[in-house]
Amino acid sequence: MASPGFRPCGDFKSDYASDTRIFDTAASRWFCLAGVLLLCLLPIISETSGIELKYELSLLIQIGYLGIAALGLNILVGFTGQISIGHAAFFGFGAFASPFLNNKFGIPVFFSIPLAGLMATAVGMLFGIPAARLKGLYLAIATLAAQFILQDFFGRADWFSGGTHGAPAAPFTIFGFAFDTDATFFYVVLAYVVALYLAAANLMRTRDGRALVAVRDHYLSAEMMGINLTKYRTMSFGISSFYAGIGGALYGHYLGFVSVEGFTILFSIQFLGMIIIGGLGSIMGSLMGTAFMVLLPEVMDALTGLLAGTSIDRALGLKENLSYLREVAIGVTIILFLVFEPDGLAHRWRQVKAYWKLYPFSY
Amino acid sequence: MDWNLFLQLLVNGLIVGALYGVVAMCFVLIYKASQVVNFAQGEFVLIGAWVCWFFLTKYQIPFIWGFLMTLVFMVIFGILIQVVVLRPMIGEPVISVIMVTIGLSIVFQALMKWAFGVFAQPFPPIFERESVAVFGLEVRTVYLVSLVVSVGIMAGFAYFFKATRMGLAMRATAFDQQVAQSLGISIRSVFAMAWAISAAVSAVAGVVVGVVNGVSSALSFIGIKVFPAVILGGLDSIVGGVLGGVIIGVLENMAHFVDSQWLHWGNLIEVVPFWVLIVILMIKPYGLFGTRDIERV
Repeated sequence: MASPGFRPCGDFKSDYASDTRIFDTAASRWFCLAGVLLLCLLPIISETSGIELKYELSLLIQIGYLGIAALGLNILVGFTGQISIGHAAFFGFGAFASPFLNNKFGIPVFFSIPLAGLMATAVGMLFGIPAARLKGLYLAIATLAAQFILQDFFGRADWFSGGTHGAPAAPFTIFGFAFDTDATFFYVVLAYVVALYLAAANLMRTRDGRALVAVRDHYLSAEMMGINLTKYRTMSFGISSFYAGIGGALYGHYLGFVSVEGFTILFSIQFLGMIIIGGLGSIMGSLMGTAFMVLLPEVMDALTGLLAGTSIDRALGLKENLSYLREVAIGVTIILFLVFEPDGLAHRWRQVKAYWKLYPFSY
Repeated sequence: MDWNLFLQLLVNGLIVGALYGVVAMCFVLIYKASQVVNFAQGEFVLIGAWVCWFFLTKYQIPFIWGFLMTLVFMVIFGILIQVVVLRPMIGEPVISVIMVTIGLSIVFQALMKWAFGVFAQPFPPIFERESVAVFGLEVRTVYLVSLVVSVGIMAGFAYFFKATRMGLAMRATAFDQQVAQSLGISIRSVFAMAWAISAAVSAVAGVVVGVVNGVSSALSFIGIKVFPAVILGGLDSIVGGVLGGVIIGVLENMAHFVDSQWLHWGNLIEVVPFWVLIVILMIKPYGLFGTRDIERV
């Protein structure tokens, strides 16, 4: 039973059920529900009131599908402690697999998205096989290989990805209703985000989820406690690829066209950046980090807009080099976060909560 | 079968492999000394090449002086990077350290594109003769020189580790940092030295490749190709790095040969090292010469 008050009165938990609860208080649960409802209203507001929110909606959709993939990576890196530098490749695999199933076998998009997730799972586990024998660094390098091998595969396999031409992706439809605008597709992404984030939060409360964390914290102790390391390491690869695949499939059906060029190593690094900025091993952190990473280029755009015409702009050529500026910003942000805020935005948020809970005392 | 092409590719493979070996050695050096996997190694190569190119073309400095200035610049650069970015990371988890170097690599990559553009820029001609005939094969002079330079660097490394005090200190640090420190070795200077040497030697590789193909951002890909090489040789073995580099270089060119003669797939040369990487990780994860962590559970 969640406590009815606005804030919990402290950590006086007397049973496991209350310790593993997702929402500590009724208020926080209602707050979350209200937030989701508010997001649901957003497209309607934009349609009816004449306020132009199309661009904001497209940003939110981006945050949605990237956030799903980032959560997958966080399960692998943050919870299980294995590093993957090939996440964009699995994301891309999902993005190609769903249109592939749809175009070649006529499977409706509604089913092809989860199926694409499962296909990505299979591929992820295939590349996760070295995980049975390796850890840490060696594994990171194995995923680096996965990145390049899959990227090459996308360019080569005409039957799967359309080769260098790319593949068209049909819009998401249910009973003949096509979710082909930003305002409608937003609901699809939102539904997936809510479902998958809840699934991840629940996974962490199960035996399997705790086993993953145990593997991260101390793999030797974990093994001595009867946790099958090989199984859980490969499993976390599978889960992470599943999330990446779903995110990728949503991305494909949102754009309507998937091309080979997008899934580079820089994209993989951006995923890593998202979870580091958000906070390793934090579910909400994945979403916060994604939002940060999606909004970062917007901030850079705004900054160059502000500086346009000034002497700094003329000296550095900000406008023409905007794409490099963005890359630099990504790299610098990752470094700064690692040096100054290694626990990410999620940690900041926990501190805010603690402050709120302990007020007027500081600790 | 086209024997001439075969031989040409074999020679190419050996020479490119030797360069991979040099960069792999720099990578292993940093890894051994400070347990940092440097994903920015390719950018070190790139920066070295660009800086040298800049001295040579913008200020018209003779090659040898420009080259020496580049080395000095890279030594300072390596130490600076180590002090500013990597020192706060000591004792942090592997993922943080890896991510910092990845972050560095993005930043430098983008900055280099920003400063020098994306198009390949040729080096001014350095040798009087373009190519020389060796056993009836036309070999470009720069290839020969690069082979000599690579072997020279490797010999230098071997001497440094076997016969100098600093090399000994470095080996001790690689073996156990805490014990080395308690025996009076300055870990700080070992780390700084490792980064400085690594940056400078990478730059040599960069200049050599730059003279052959021109300097462009694509050069930093050598930093990615180094991974198959070091994994094949063993992550913490200098000899392994060299051997792995040569094997990968030859293998890649042989794949190119097979591809051009029979398969006609296109860019097999690009992916083969990564397939090899996966296979090695599955069957012999610690490489040919790597230290095998013995874990009893």
